[in-house]
Amino acid sequence: MLAALIIVFREVLEAGLIVGVVLAASRGIRHRGLYVAGGVLAGVLGAAIIAVFADQISNLFDGTGQEILNAIVLAVAVVMLVWTGLWMSTHGRQLTEEIKTVGKDVVEGRKPLTALAIVVAAAVLREGFEVVLFLYGVVAAGGTTAASIAIGGFLGILAGAAVSALLYLGIVAIPLKHVFSAISVLITLLAAGLAAQSIGLLQSAGYFEVWADPLWDTSNILTEDSIVGRVLHSLVGYTAQPSGLQLVAYIGVIVITVVLTRAIRRPVSHKS
Amino acid sequence: MRTASSVFRTLSASVPRTLAGLVAAMSFMACIHVAAAQDAGSNPPPAAAASTGYTPVNADGQIEVILKDHVFQPSEIRIPPDTPIQLLVKNQDATADEFDSTALRIEKVIGGGSQGIVRLRGLKPGRYPFMGEFHAATAQGVVIVE
Repeated sequence: MLAALIIVFREVLEAGLIVGVVLAASRGIRHRGLYVAGGVLAGVLGAAIIAVFADQISNLFDGTGQEILNAIVLAVAVVMLVWTGLWMSTHGRQLTEEIKTVGKDVVEGRKPLTALAIVVAAAVLREGFEVVLFLYGVVAAGGTTAASIAIGGFLGILAGAAVSALLYLGIVAIPLKHVFSAISVLITLLAAGLAAQSIGLLQSAGYFEVWADPLWDTSNILTEDSIVGRVLHSLVGYTAQPSGLQLVAYIGVIVITVVLTRAIRRPVSHKS
Repeated sequence: MRTASSVFRTLSASVPRTLAGLVAAMSFMACIHVAAAQDAGSNPPPAAAASTGYTPVNADGQIEVILKDHVFQPSEIRIPPDTPIQLLVKNQDATADEFDSTALRIEKVIGGGSQGIVRLRGLKPGRYPFMGEFHAATAQGVVIVE
């Protein structure tokens, strides 16, 4: 039961932290719950479908289908996050004003919701795939332990959701004046971390062999297996042994986001 | 982008509640982390046979690793340094498992009755543990580079 709890907790936490950031980012926008729930549902369905075809997918592209699929899913999440970050940094002030003056849930802001729903779906899809396969294996094995493992899995989902909720509450506790700039920073780092993960997956599959060696190793300071390491890995892309190309991807996403934000802001007229 | 001082004020303003949340989360995770360590410790992986030299490869130059009854065979893989090599992991159990190694920076799900290729780049001498994440109590192994 405990092993099941831990495995499910880890995966749910990784997806849940991203959902927490997305929920915070969409604060005050009408119908956000619907979009986020839709994203979760799509992610779970997608994870189940991918689990069914796991072997076929793995065998694609010389046995690297799984890595390529995961890398694409992450890349889509990166693009959507960068887009959302740009939207927020240009509309954040307006959002703040509207939340202050008219109260919650009145902001006309459909635009980032679809992007955020896709981010949620991607995160749930990637992590959910493993949970589905793991739990399916348990059920298929049957026996008396299956029930206790199922309970462990359920507790794992609850625990992962609870920690993610704490993150969400922590973010929304930031005073309204600063919350959107804080979320912009968080979303940018999240996107950068996911981009580095995507590159890491492709490199482990044998693609992009340039700058593939680890630049440094901080696992004696903070391992990725540790609690803090896992949370930081999920949120800001902490990697104990980043390859050169992973670092380039990480910094690249940050630079692109900052440059685009500046470029969009230059014309003073704010379009909504 | 806001100025650095604004970001700092942002962060410091929300520190108390965020900290409380984080402390609660961390202590919860610490509990299951310790429990997990004990869980894994109660079932040590079987000791590998004393090996001489490097683990043999198949006709395709891959090292074949069999996962059966949630145990890796061989569980100790010896390879020379700075030599890229592939592991052909054959999962002979009915259910899926995930070949997982932080040290090797590998995460790969291998379906039941299926097989998967794990690509190792040239490694420095050292020990690189790996596990089958779904059955970590028994599915443990290590790549030894020497």
